[in-house]
Amino acid sequence: MIAELGLAALWLAAALAALQLVAGFLGARNPDTEMAALVRPAAVVQGLLCAFAFVMLLWLFAVTDLSVKLVATNSHSAKPPIFKLSGAWGNHEGSMLLWITVMALAGGLIAAVERRLPEKTMQATLGAQAFVGLGFYAFLLFSSNPFERLPQPAVEGLGLNPLLQDIGLAFHPPTLYFGYVGLSVAFSFAVGALLTRQVTPEFARAMRPWVLGAWVFLTLGITAGSYWAYYELGWGGWWFWDPVENASLMPWLAATALLHSASVLAARDALRAWTIMLGVVAFSMSMVGTFLVRSGILTSVHAFAVDPERGSFILVLLAIYIGGALVLFATRASSIAEGERFAATSREGALVVNNVMLCAILGVVLMGTLYPLLTEAFDVRVSVGPPYFNPVSAIFVVPMLLVMMVGPLLRWRRDRLERVKAPVALVAAILLGTLAVLLIVSTTGLLPLLGLVLAAALAVASFLPLRGRNLRRLPLAVWGMVIAHFGLAVALFGMASESAFSQEKLAAVAAGDTAEVGPWSVVLDGVHPVAGPNWTALEGQLLASYDGGDPIELDPQARSFWAPVQQTTESALATRWNGQLYAVIGNEAGAGENGARWQLRLWWKPFVTFIWYGGLLVALGGVLALLGRLFDDLKRRRVKARLAERRADEAELAAAGGRG
Amino acid sequence: MRWWWWIPLALFALFLGVAAYQLTQPKDEFIPSTMIGEPLPEFDLRPAAADRPGLSDAYFRDGTPKLLNIWASWCVPCIAEAPQLERLRQSGAEIVGVAIRDRPQDVAGFLARYGNPYSRIGADDLSEVQLGIGSSGVPETFVIDGQGRIIYQHIGDVRAEHVPLLLEKLREAQD
Repeated sequence: MIAELGLAALWLAAALAALQLVAGFLGARNPDTEMAALVRPAAVVQGLLCAFAFVMLLWLFAVTDLSVKLVATNSHSAKPPIFKLSGAWGNHEGSMLLWITVMALAGGLIAAVERRLPEKTMQATLGAQAFVGLGFYAFLLFSSNPFERLPQPAVEGLGLNPLLQDIGLAFHPPTLYFGYVGLSVAFSFAVGALLTRQVTPEFARAMRPWVLGAWVFLTLGITAGSYWAYYELGWGGWWFWDPVENASLMPWLAATALLHSASVLAARDALRAWTIMLGVVAFSMSMVGTFLVRSGILTSVHAFAVDPERGSFILVLLAIYIGGALVLFATRASSIAEGERFAATSREGALVVNNVMLCAILGVVLMGTLYPLLTEAFDVRVSVGPPYFNPVSAIFVVPMLLVMMVGPLLRWRRDRLERVKAPVALVAAILLGTLAVLLIVSTTGLLPLLGLVLAAALAVASFLPLRGRNLRRLPLAVWGMVIAHFGLAVALFGMASESAFSQEKLAAVAAGDTAEVGPWSVVLDGVHPVAGPNWTALEGQLLASYDGGDPIELDPQARSFWAPVQQTTESALATRWNGQLYAVIGNEAGAGENGARWQLRLWWKPFVTFIWYGGLLVALGGVLALLGRLFDDLKRRRVKARLAERRADEAELAAAGGRG
Repeated sequence: MRWWWWIPLALFALFLGVAAYQLTQPKDEFIPSTMIGEPLPEFDLRPAAADRPGLSDAYFRDGTPKLLNIWASWCVPCIAEAPQLERLRQSGAEIVGVAIRDRPQDVAGFLARYGNPYSRIGADDLSEVQLGIGSSGVPETFVIDGQGRIIYQHIGDVRAEHVPLLLEKLREAQD
């Protein structure tokens, strides 16, 4: 019954989306008709219905209803409760339902609160939103129905992929989806603005919170995903340029560019066509990412989600949405009047450099990700990795960071570099100073060296916009920018430090033996079997002491799951303020004099944690900027309402006076 | 309308074309070895089971072609191919095993349960030999001629229909 309720709600929501599509595009011509009046309520109810369907799916997973195919194939009665719930979206069908639920709720929210734009544009925007939604409804209902029943209820479920039974992973996909969906809203706004030729600062302001929100979620998603790969996959790396990681990085790059160009459009009414283009690109990157991950067209760590048939479906959706939007763009872009002009040395100029560089990096990542696809068409197998991505993207990252240090200090429209001579000189001094010190004391590669130098300079430069301003009255959005830029410097420092100073040790040790890595000495105390709810493991007990200090106990495990059968490594981490010791226990490596010896792999990674602290700071910056914009909007709304009230009062008074 | 507004669409169409073409192509997950025709790399593996000796590359240079079977006790398709390997052995083929990342007690358990068609079994704890001969998965079966050259690679489990083929390859290697 529960499954049928969910399915019914989903069908109703799809029907409402169809209504919203037709009524929205009619309303874009004439927003005063009765049809047009249906659009906003349809969007709201559709959101509620989807939420209801998703709650039904959660319920099915919570009670492990094994007559439902999705539950039987992805859950197991012996699974811990939190992973039963996360199993609801840890699979293709459930995650698609989550996607459409978030999207429908977002559509409902815009329909309920967004009143700044001309009603025509809003109707077109909601119509576009319904158009995107309909594709996903079709996908769910025709080819990936999450509520499908089994003819015979299963006796026991198959279990969830053990790699996914991790608390970080329970939240990783929803986080990315919030990001993707935010970009789909930005896309709808862009299409709506393009259809009604209303590419105005108001449009940028209405779109900006969605881009900011999406960007915050993408930042968190990438940060969490990177940390998951770092400790769960047991390779000691934090970024592998895997297609699926790139799939989350590309929308982030596009969203970052969009965020900055939308700021220019909102503040200065410039970069109109460019902002629209980025709106389309950002959403297409999230679709391309989904396609690459789900179709299995590229081999990646997300191989568990693969199905070529779904791939074809997503590709068709991609062709319709993005192809359609690009045709619309090509035919309409000329008619969007050129925006305001600005000088090269200006805030806009710096932001244009930022945009161009971000897009170039996006291009580099996209090319690297798709290149194997292209060569395979000619029967050549290649895999593109760090030797390509790192140096080639650095070509664009370095100038971008340099401009980023100065850009926020410049004035809008026109400025002179002489005016900001002092701060620029300070930043240059830090750059050269750090470079000199590093060249003397260490012998690292070029890229880590550049990273450390730029991180130091950027960390200082990111606070320079606060110079000479009243900190109490500084808008939240400026704080957001400062913190996000600083976070980037912190993350960059972590990355550079990790690759410059990491030390690795692979040893075969018996109980009682000691292995040394960097300042750590690690004693293997023993290896014992342990059992969890649905796995057994060999657990190594390590006593690690830093620089002769008190030993910390570490328990890395080699886990064996039995439903489904799979081995995973659970690394153990000792975190200090200045880095992490990373320990993985492997197989038995034969017998030694003191009994069995075990493979032990140790890494000392100085300041590696700064990568994720930085990521969190960037996200925090985004949250502050978002809150700042929202408060501003609310304030403006209140002022407007008060003005309208006063005018009404005055009119009433005048009318009364006239009568008297 | 200016022509360059169409550039994004053209690029996107290119991507669509390649992606659609690739989707329709059968996905070939088999990675053929680039070592076919090459001599075996040097190796010397400790015995993986108590009752069979270990394995070194020198053993293959005795003039008789052999089958080299990459397997592991943790590998499910290896269970499926065990009876076929036994048939090969009964037809006169000599099969040597390379156990990948395995433990002695597991190897012993596997052989006790599913039979032991091997004359020798080497333990390849780090997949050195496996990677050295260009095998990317388990199980795989190689035909090695009497001079220790890699002649033929069979990827995946050996099924009944592959038995005559492998025997034929062994005979060819003899000539």
